Amino acid sequence: MATREIEFRDALREAMSEEMRRDVRVFLLGEEVAEYNGAYKVSKGMLDEFGPRRVIDTPISESGFAGMAIGAAMMGLRPIVEFMSWSFSLVAADPILNNAPKMLYMSGGQFGCPIVFRGNDGAGGQLGSTHSWCVESLYSNVPGLKMAIPSDPHDAKGLLKTAIRDDDPVFFLESERMLGMKGPVPEEEYLIPFGQSIVRRRGADVTLISFGRPVHFCMEAAEALAPEGIDCEVIDGRTIRPLDIEAFVRSVRRTNRCVVVDQSWPFASVGSEVVAQVHERCFDDLDNHVHRVHSDDVPTPYASNLEQAYLPNVRKICEAVRSATYRA
Amino acid sequence: MPITQAFQTIIDHISILDQNGRFDEKLGKDLIPDEDVVRLYEHMSICRHLDEVAFKLQRSGRMGTYPQNMGQEATSLGAAYALRKSDWLVPCYRENAGLFWRGLPMEYILLHWMGDERGNQIPRELFITPLAIPIGTQMLHATGLAWAHKYRGEENIACTFFGDGATSEGDFHEAMNFAANLDIPVVFFCQNNFWAISVPGKIQCSAPTVAQRGVAYGMECIQCDGNDLFACVYATRQAAERARKDKRPTFIEAVTYRLGDHTTADDARRYRDQAEVDLWKQRDPLIRLREWMKSRKLWNDTKEAALAERAERDVAAAVKRAEEIAAPHSNDFFDHMFAEPPADLVAQRDSLQTHSLAERERVEA
Repeated sequence: MATREIEFRDALREAMSEEMRRDVRVFLLGEEVAEYNGAYKVSKGMLDEFGPRRVIDTPISESGFAGMAIGAAMMGLRPIVEFMSWSFSLVAADPILNNAPKMLYMSGGQFGCPIVFRGNDGAGGQLGSTHSWCVESLYSNVPGLKMAIPSDPHDAKGLLKTAIRDDDPVFFLESERMLGMKGPVPEEEYLIPFGQSIVRRRGADVTLISFGRPVHFCMEAAEALAPEGIDCEVIDGRTIRPLDIEAFVRSVRRTNRCVVVDQSWPFASVGSEVVAQVHERCFDDLDNHVHRVHSDDVPTPYASNLEQAYLPNVRKICEAVRSATYRA
Repeated sequence: MPITQAFQTIIDHISILDQNGRFDEKLGKDLIPDEDVVRLYEHMSICRHLDEVAFKLQRSGRMGTYPQNMGQEATSLGAAYALRKSDWLVPCYRENAGLFWRGLPMEYILLHWMGDERGNQIPRELFITPLAIPIGTQMLHATGLAWAHKYRGEENIACTFFGDGATSEGDFHEAMNFAANLDIPVVFFCQNNFWAISVPGKIQCSAPTVAQRGVAYGMECIQCDGNDLFACVYATRQAAERARKDKRPTFIEAVTYRLGDHTTADDARRYRDQAEVDLWKQRDPLIRLREWMKSRKLWNDTKEAALAERAERDVAAAVKRAEEIAAPHSNDFFDHMFAEPPADLVAQRDSLQTHSLAERERVEA
């Protein structure tokens, strides 16, 4: 398969443009997505190709366009809603949490909501606390939605195409810190099914499970720990709902140790959910309790050094792995 | 430079059949054929009876919370009558008359308020969305539905209903702003009944009319007498034509009054003056229409008596049908979560199924 190196943002755009060429029901709306080519240039050139009917600049009104997308989806269209930052989705909580994931259920199967809500999630690099939300733990608690969180351009494209074709609401979490990241992406069409994690690094001593940007922190930590004789397996979950728990379990049954790395806050989080599920299924296989690494339990700091210290960084991961493998 | 006037606006008020029985022959001419007036009146009357029955069902524990429609029947009914069958009715929860006119069987509404989700399983061909209990969310959905029709080059429009209280919600303002700026064929139909549960209208809106809230968004706004069926039909017909032809939204404020409680969960006597209620009772849309029909020899006491019997029969039959529907099975609540259920949900359903089988065996043993 022919591949080339493209940026994460280009991969997202390719996914949207290909799906819009394929299916006239798909359209993109959000703040600045059209004339300005997107605040992060993800939708660059899309207005030229698809016109203002399908690439729509909206008023600054997240609840408005999220709610409107629900109506359009109920009529059988397939909106892609760009939130710019997931932090801004908080003012659209009613449509995205109280309506979209429940519409099919509450209408007894009459109205589905095939919508992709997408945008940047997590600390973007000194954006301050109000603009640095990790929404995965907060939102994944809600039944009726799916959540994808790619960690590289290849997965960004394959998962986004799957998200757009999905018949249910999909929360698609990107990262401002990764939009410029380059990676190999096939020329040919491909889709990545939801609920299928991928092993980023094979290892025998401990299983590291992560999602999105911190997968890269795990890879760095694995390299740093190799000289100490700790051989880490790193699994990229790719989607949070559905969760590929079976793959996690298979790995943990082999390594007998597990560290979960999650960029959200620790309390009632994706991390604590994975820990609970691994414990439920691997209790007799574990040599140690599952460890977890999160962002610290404070608002995202503004200062650069503090933001680095706050994130589930390589130092924290190494400490957790050493502890989990009794090397501390 | 002198100070000049940047903008000035006027809000028109439409009244065709007023509370004293005066009828505007010019506006009202050919608006509704006589035989339809009779059917519409019958409809309102049956809805009124449903309210009485539902109230008793709630008090006797056979129904959950129920919001009476009493006094507001002409609003949604007039709108539904003026629209095409393929235009969306996007209700909140006090639009029984309009929904029944569209063809929604009465037992759906009864079932819903009896606490059964299946009451909202409204057949798609009726172009009615599920009742929206959160305040205001449905206005955005209506805007999206209408936008989707425009996107597909279709003529359908959407009409969404809400109360005066909902015009304080952000969703109202965001939906109005969208609809006006993106040329969306939607009708915003406000039933100003002066009370948001116990909160009076003056706390929702300091402007002399609710209608003028729409002016700021650059859309056509009109006020009509919401207890005048003719005025409601007239206003909606104008708005629907504007939506269909010009793809422009309209904001209608229908001035009406909730003669009953907000729902069976409150007692309006605790926060409203009886004098105010008595005043509005004289403006009752049913009485007004009945007197008009009598004056035109379309109605008489014999017909009224026959209608009362029919209402009793129809409502009783609907209650019976609703109560005969077997309670949903606990496994059913996993249905309609996703287009295809994910593995973890299937596992939960299977586990519950095993549990309920074991429970049944235990009970039977």
